[in-house]
Amino acid sequence: MEWLNILIQGSLLGGIYALFAIGLSMSFGIMRLVNIAHGDFIVLSAYVALVVTQGTGLDPISSLIIVVPVMFVVGYAIQRGLLNHTLSGGLLPPLLVTFGISVIIQNGLLAGFGAYTQRLHEGAIETASVQIFGGISIGVYPLVVFAVAVFAIASLQLLFYRTGLGRAFRAVSDDADTAELMGIDNRKLYALALGIAMIFTAIAGVLFAIRTIFDPAAGPIRLILAFEAVIIGGLGNMWGTLIGGVVLGVAQAVGAALSPTWQILAGHIAFLVILIVRPSGLFPRTRD
Amino acid sequence: MSLLATNNLSAFYGDFQALFDINVSVAQGETVAIIGANGAGKTTFLRAVAGALSTKPEMVMFDGRPIGHLTPHEVVRLGIAMVPEGRRLFPSLSVEENLLLGGHSERKGPWNLKRVYELFPRLRELRHLPAPALSGGQQQMAAIGRALMANPRLLLCDELSLGLAPVVIRDIYQCLGAVTAEGITVVLVEQDINRALDASVRFYCFQEGRLALSAPTKNFDRSAITAAYFGL
Repeated sequence: MEWLNILIQGSLLGGIYALFAIGLSMSFGIMRLVNIAHGDFIVLSAYVALVVTQGTGLDPISSLIIVVPVMFVVGYAIQRGLLNHTLSGGLLPPLLVTFGISVIIQNGLLAGFGAYTQRLHEGAIETASVQIFGGISIGVYPLVVFAVAVFAIASLQLLFYRTGLGRAFRAVSDDADTAELMGIDNRKLYALALGIAMIFTAIAGVLFAIRTIFDPAAGPIRLILAFEAVIIGGLGNMWGTLIGGVVLGVAQAVGAALSPTWQILAGHIAFLVILIVRPSGLFPRTRD
Repeated sequence: MSLLATNNLSAFYGDFQALFDINVSVAQGETVAIIGANGAGKTTFLRAVAGALSTKPEMVMFDGRPIGHLTPHEVVRLGIAMVPEGRRLFPSLSVEENLLLGGHSERKGPWNLKRVYELFPRLRELRHLPAPALSGGQQQMAAIGRALMANPRLLLCDELSLGLAPVVIRDIYQCLGAVTAEGITVVLVEQDINRALDASVRFYCFQEGRLALSAPTKNFDRSAITAAYFGL
């Protein structure tokens, strides 16, 4: 029963990792952009929420009404004004530019907010729990986060497979040159893609900051976790990303059960093992 | 006035000049063939017209306005659609999604899914299959259908016959005849000279990036074409 408990807690923990990963997976899937600043955008979202909650008195989850549009605009503008100019030169230029953005965000936050750890406070839901069978109790908040992750991925799947915009995203991902010849404005589409990716990044950032303390340097570890979830699940497969998050979460829970110092390391080890056994992830979809 | 005219069109890939002073003009409703050996610049010419290669604005005139500097998606909006060499369907999209994508620019006109399926009834049966599951000929039909979905005034066709069986090529060109009968202007690029000449009223023969010969197709002495084609 103890192991079942670990499995459940670990799976729920995977929800936040999947949320971390969605934006990264989208920008890589559509524009082959490896966004090194992704973790910092998660943390930036948390700080935007911090400012909004302090400024308006809204609770963090309600602050998403403001944080989500703000991050959408940030994503759209950065892609349109900066990253679009790097895409024709291969994989390296966008990598370097997003690395630069990462440094700028971290230092900007440091200058603006100091190195103090911060938290967002959502109230009673943070500690509420429900009893399920066999004396196992699960936190309401991790359950909500997991449900949000499932809902987020389901809505993205709807976007990709049921709308004209999603069709255009998939076409550009297949063959950007031909898509342009068919009348698609790739640059605008890329900007929209990073904007939409940022919507999920904003949600991930706020939900993460309610659960965990954060500071200006908290981004890179979130980037690593997001990468691991994407790669475990298989590139280009959103449901795979959710499973990748769950695998990471369970591995961490198992590690923590063995010894608290093993929690983070166990996740990385699980990632490395999967990378060795199945280099293209558990459920690969894209061909390259 | 011609629908498409190029004025001393020159085009470059980096430092390499692929086209030299090409003057081509295509009247509304005409089907014009561009022939030439491998590397003669035929595809480059189509890419320049479609906006995939940037040139000086007035080097490519469409319906009296300079378009040489426009991007491909802007050119599509003006009414120029391309059937690219090798079909280039989107592999992760179904046949129908490929067709719908062709209509992305939302240009008004007679072509829609229903009309394309009337032209290529086989595509209707195959519409839910992923594009790579189709045979070469079916893929070519889908690629033509996708271009028609943009409701073009000018259709650019690059090597329709490439890699297809003769009987399939005949079918494809019959369908193309049905399209041109409705008044769409067509520029055909082909290596299959006889096929291209049969389908067109005039031809241009390119050789190493330069215009070697141009004439009406009717009763033209094919040995002269051979000479221009190979530069004899």
